[in-house]
Amino acid sequence: MSYLWAFIVGGLICVIGQLLMDTTKLAPAHVLVIFVTLGVILTALGIYQPLVDLGGAGATIPLPGFGYSLAKGVIKGVNEKGFFGVFTGGIEATAGGITAAVVFGYMMAVLFNPKTK
Amino acid sequence: MKRQTENKKRYQQLVKEISPKPHYIKNCTWAFFVGGFISMIGQFIHNSVERMLNLSHLEATNATILIMIFVGALLTGLGIYDRIGKRAGAGSIVPITGFANSIVSPAMEFKREGYIFGVAARMFTLAGPVLVYGITSSVLVGLIYYLLK
Repeated sequence: MSYLWAFIVGGLICVIGQLLMDTTKLAPAHVLVIFVTLGVILTALGIYQPLVDLGGAGATIPLPGFGYSLAKGVIKGVNEKGFFGVFTGGIEATAGGITAAVVFGYMMAVLFNPKTK
Repeated sequence: MKRQTENKKRYQQLVKEISPKPHYIKNCTWAFFVGGFISMIGQFIHNSVERMLNLSHLEATNATILIMIFVGALLTGLGIYDRIGKRAGAGSIVPITGFANSIVSPAMEFKREGYIFGVAARMFTLAGPVLVYGITSSVLVGLIYYLLK
């Protein structure tokens, strides 16, 4: 059952992104920035958490999930460290993802060359 | 002057009519199935590592993101991800694998400009804005939460 909900929630988030790209002049970069920011805001308002509870990876794998982790992290940071947590909480919660993106991204870019189309 | 603006309007109208309309339903269907499928794979990885490595729910979520980023970066290097992306549109851009793709793709493309200005700088063409707005908005949220608490 968790697979079905992951499929539906993840698919629908992507459809929203597709509609944004097709109906407006927004480029993928705009959509990604909007989605991350939206993920942060919706999590802060308590709207994204139910979506994560329902969709699991369907809500955490799309980019709003990155915003979700950032927002959840910063709130945890403030709860544990007070004001200092405002600056450390977000990255602390997403450190693994960011490091993986930098290291694996660099590694693959060095190892492979673009395929001629 | 008036005529010019009128012509301009007519021209814009013409451009609007002639430029191809996106196939909304087709694009959305592709986005839904590819995005849903990637999420489902993510759920499978999540459930697997949670069970096999005895991780907590949060740890399993983080481990899943690591693995998905690795797979997205690898498939981009192999040239497979961009082939999926041609059809899938947002279905391949919005998942975290697309984030990895947005890092590897320009980095690979600009390798000839060197490992600093080429690879390392271009890695963040798209990831940079995402990090800037994501982190900044999270700090704002944290600040508001701190003040309200």
